[in-house]
Amino acid sequence: MVDRRTPLARARGLGSAKAGLGHWWAQRLTAVALIPLVVWFAISLVMLSGADYATVRAWIGSPLVMVLLILTIGVGLHHAQLGVQVVVEDYTDGAWRLSLIVLVKFIAVLFGLSAIVAILRIGFGG
Amino acid sequence: MSVANRPSNRPLSPHLQVYRLPLTANLSILHRATGVALAVGALYLATWVIYAASGPRGYAVFQSFNSSILGRIVLGGWLFSLFFHLCNGIRHLFWDAGYGFELKDASRNSWIVVIVALVATAVSWIVGLRLV
Repeated sequence: MVDRRTPLARARGLGSAKAGLGHWWAQRLTAVALIPLVVWFAISLVMLSGADYATVRAWIGSPLVMVLLILTIGVGLHHAQLGVQVVVEDYTDGAWRLSLIVLVKFIAVLFGLSAIVAILRIGFGG
Repeated sequence: MSVANRPSNRPLSPHLQVYRLPLTANLSILHRATGVALAVGALYLATWVIYAASGPRGYAVFQSFNSSILGRIVLGGWLFSLFFHLCNGIRHLFWDAGYGFELKDASRNSWIVVIVALVATAVSWIVGLRLV
């Protein structure tokens, strides 16, 4: 594609709104990372159909699964909160917009961290 | 005849209640809808591992919801949302790179996205139900 920006604008990388490139880029980067993670997770989930408690815990607690599951939930929640932020920005403004965005980010961090602690606890036995 | 009443051949802007949206537009709306659904689904996934860490009794409560009719519908919708958002997201990445914008291409790969997402959901369900 033809790049019509000036060399200075390209170096600054801010665009016309002077903000948002970081958000855009993080959304794409997490999207690319999620392609293999989500395919792995969907297949795993189907294979776990009907599995009992012990089987599920043994699966979550194996080292490779721990790493991939933490990545899936962490990267997934980051991608999700970036996306929901855009939705909130599209349909709300003022105090509602700010409060909802803060709420979405707090919920994402809270659930993400809780899930990571849970996975580590299963893996390292507690 | 006044100017206001004169029949006009000028194009009208699409009105959402009478205008049939093209597939590409519907998929755009569906991408956002499934994205929001998956955001909630990600919290559900986090809840799953938290329950798994909490002990067998808590996990049994969680599983009893999953195997209920409502739970099955939620999980089915979750899987379809995942596959659709994945396929359409890959299409978005191609668009970001500057490919696939021609009307003919966009229309064709819309159908590919829909078919792949539906087939992946169906295969997941058939395999999953055989294992249960």
